[in-house]
Parts: sequence; C-alpha cells; structure tokens
Amino acid sequence: MSSTVIINIARFIILLLMQVVVFNRIDLFGLADPYPYILFIILYPVNGNRALLLVSSFLLGLFIDMFTNSGGVHAAASLVLAYVRPSIFKFSFGLSYEYQTIKINEKLSPERFSFILISVVIHHLILYLLEVFRLSFLLDSLLRMFIATLFTLTLCIIIIYLIKPGKQ
Amino acid sequence: MQQILNFIFKNSILILFLLLLGISLTLTIQSHSYHRSRAISSANAVSGYVYEQVNKVEEYFSLKDQNEKLAEENARLKKLLFNTQDTANVPPVEIPDAMGNFEVIQSKVIANSYNVHENYLTINSGSADGVKPDMGVVSSQGVVGIVENVSKNYATVISVLNLKFKLAAKLKKNNHYGFLVWDGENAGFAQLTDVPRLAAVNKGDTVVTGGRSVIFPEDVPIGVIDKVFINEKTNYYFLNVRLFNDMTSLGHVYIIANKDRDEIIELEETTTQDE
Repeated sequence: MSSTVIINIARFIILLLMQVVVFNRIDLFGLADPYPYILFIILYPVNGNRALLLVSSFLLGLFIDMFTNSGGVHAAASLVLAYVRPSIFKFSFGLSYEYQTIKINEKLSPERFSFILISVVIHHLILYLLEVFRLSFLLDSLLRMFIATLFTLTLCIIIIYLIKPGKQ
Repeated sequence: MQQILNFIFKNSILILFLLLLGISLTLTIQSHSYHRSRAISSANAVSGYVYEQVNKVEEYFSLKDQNEKLAEENARLKKLLFNTQDTANVPPVEIPDAMGNFEVIQSKVIANSYNVHENYLTINSGSADGVKPDMGVVSSQGVVGIVENVSKNYATVISVLNLKFKLAAKLKKNNHYGFLVWDGENAGFAQLTDVPRLAAVNKGDTVVTGGRSVIFPEDVPIGVIDKVFINEKTNYYFLNVRLFNDMTSLGHVYIIANKDRDEIIELEETTTQDE
C-alpha cells in the first residue's frame, strides 16, 4: 500500500466522522449545514483510479445518508460530482490538466478556486434538488443551497490551508 | 460477443456510474414515499454507537434544562395525585391486566434534526427493549413523533417536523377533530387542518391527540393555537399550532406501546379486505 492510498482512506474516515459529529450540527441561521466531506472527492489524486473514486464517493455519500436518514441524496450528489470531476478539471485548468501536474492541495490560485467553486455548486445543486423533491419549496431550497454553498466553499478553503503539508 | 465485451470494457466507468446512480436514486425515491420502511437508516449499530458517544458528551450541556423539565413534570403529576379524591373513602378499584392498555418505555434522543423538510430523530432503544415500528413517542411536554425503523438497540423516529408526518388530533375543549401536519417552515409550529367551521376556535385553545388511533392514547398534549386561518376553498379551519415541545432540544422521551395494537390492526385489515 502506497502512502497515497493510506492518506485517502484516512481522509475518507476523518471527513465522514467530522461531518457527522461536527458539521451536521452547525445549522447556520437555522437554514443550512456545510458539507465539507466533499473535500475527499476534490482532493482525490488527479491521475487516480476513476472506478475507485466513483465507488468510494458513492459509499461516502451513502454513509452520510445513513447517519442523516436522508435516503440516497448524498450518495447521488457525491457520485455525480465524482463522475464529472475530469470535466471540471479540463474547464478550470485548461491545458495543464493533460500533463497531470495539478495539485489542488496548494496555494489558492484562480484556477483552483474555480475548480472548488464549481465542484461545490454541482454537488449542492443535486443535493438540494433531490432532497426536497417538491416544486413547492423550490425558492426556499435555492436560498438554502446558496447559503450552504458559500459556507461549504469557505470551510473547504480553510481546511485545505490548515491541512496543507509544510513547504518542501 | 467480442464487440459487446469491448463495448462494456470501453464504457465501464459510465456503466458503473449509471449503476450506482440508479441505486442512489432508488433509495432517494423510496425515502420520499409514504409508509415504507427504508433500506438505510440511522437505526443500526454503527451510527447508533457514534451518536451515543457524542450524546454522552453533549448531555452535560443541557443537564440543567432537562432537570427543570423533569421537575415540572413531577410537579404536574404530584398535583394530579394530591387533587384526586381521598382513596380511603373510595372502594378500591381493581384494574384487570387486560384493561391496562398502554405500556411506557423510557428512552433518550441521541440524534435530532430539525432544519430539513424530512426530519428524523434517533433514540437509544430498539427491539431489545420492546420498541416496534409505528409506536408513539412523547416527551414530558407532549407529542414528539412516531417510530419508523427499529434495530436491536436503536430506532429512528419520524419527527412532528416532517412533511410525511400526519396525526389525528382534536381540540381539547370541544372534541372537534382535525389532522396535525407540518408545512416545512418553522420548527416551533405545526398545523391543524380539516377542523370543521362549526367548531368554536379561539387563539390559545389547547390541541391534544385524538383517541382514534392505536398509536397515541387520547389527550396527550400537542400545543396551543397561535393563529386561525380559514381555507376559502374547503371552508375548513387551518390552524397554526405552537408546539409545547421545543423540538430543537429534546432529551428524555417515552415510547408508548399499545398492547391491543396488533389485535386492532388485524381486525381492521380483515374488515377492509372483506369490503
């Protein structure tokens, strides 16, 4: 087992536990919780195994669903984000993606910011649309989605800065 | 054959994606439909254990509040006790076992949600303590919800704050019936619908459970009427009910088991089948 595999397994477990124990209880303005567990999908190695990413994202979402009694909404949202991740890479980083030299876990640049922003928006859009499933709450859920997106984005960037390995 | 295998191999990621998406969407749709036991819920050993550990720490922060609530309940029960007739003068009434319909199981909320449209609670009693699906859950203040999924040591409860929740309720003073539902907006209020216009309704009237269901006994408190609306189309009242319970901080709860429940349900089922 290489260190990348161990790091990713650790990330999976730590993010899952942090989400369930801490972030699900934040309840900002009584409207929304942040979902920084998607950092697992964002930080997954660029050239890592895609099938493995799909399965592990699905499982991560499913565990969150199990804890929050929400059916399969987190599983679906995480899965879609994992599936479209290469396209977001291409969109945000352009050519350099082909050379596989990107590191998300670095100083924040416009490219990295746009990548994280698009990932969070896609995930939250699917999450909130599936969660309500009723058109009568559409405006309300869009507001919740907006607040949660800002919140998750901020937290993701803070966490990336906090866990960033020291300068080599 | 070779081509089919090639196709599958080439599109393996897409096929895997569609397969997993299918599973997650099925689970989602299943969770939105009424009266269906869900495949994945927090009533299991893993999430129950995690929630229980968190609750052990969290409990300390609300100890004072919980104590006050229990003391209030004790005071209310004491008042009932002292105000009953002197038992020495009354011939002793033997209640046969068959008439003691309800049993109460003590339990504790270990996880609580109140900020989405379909809220659930997790409690730390399960089938080992005699909890079964569709039992009523109340706190010292009033109605909390109905048990949905049960594992060995844990159970999930549909909160009053859930769009799927529906309960027969009535006005305490004149016994007019209606249905208690939640509109998904405010965690402090539920709504009582379908109360006929001929009922005299005032702000401040108490709403209690009706005696028509096997889930809750009669006259369990729910809340007081806060605002009165009239549905123009159906000419029924639509009442905003301020819940007695603060659904955002729940501690100890009681699960109500109706001993005759199975018998009543069986009887009702055979009756509807015969029709």
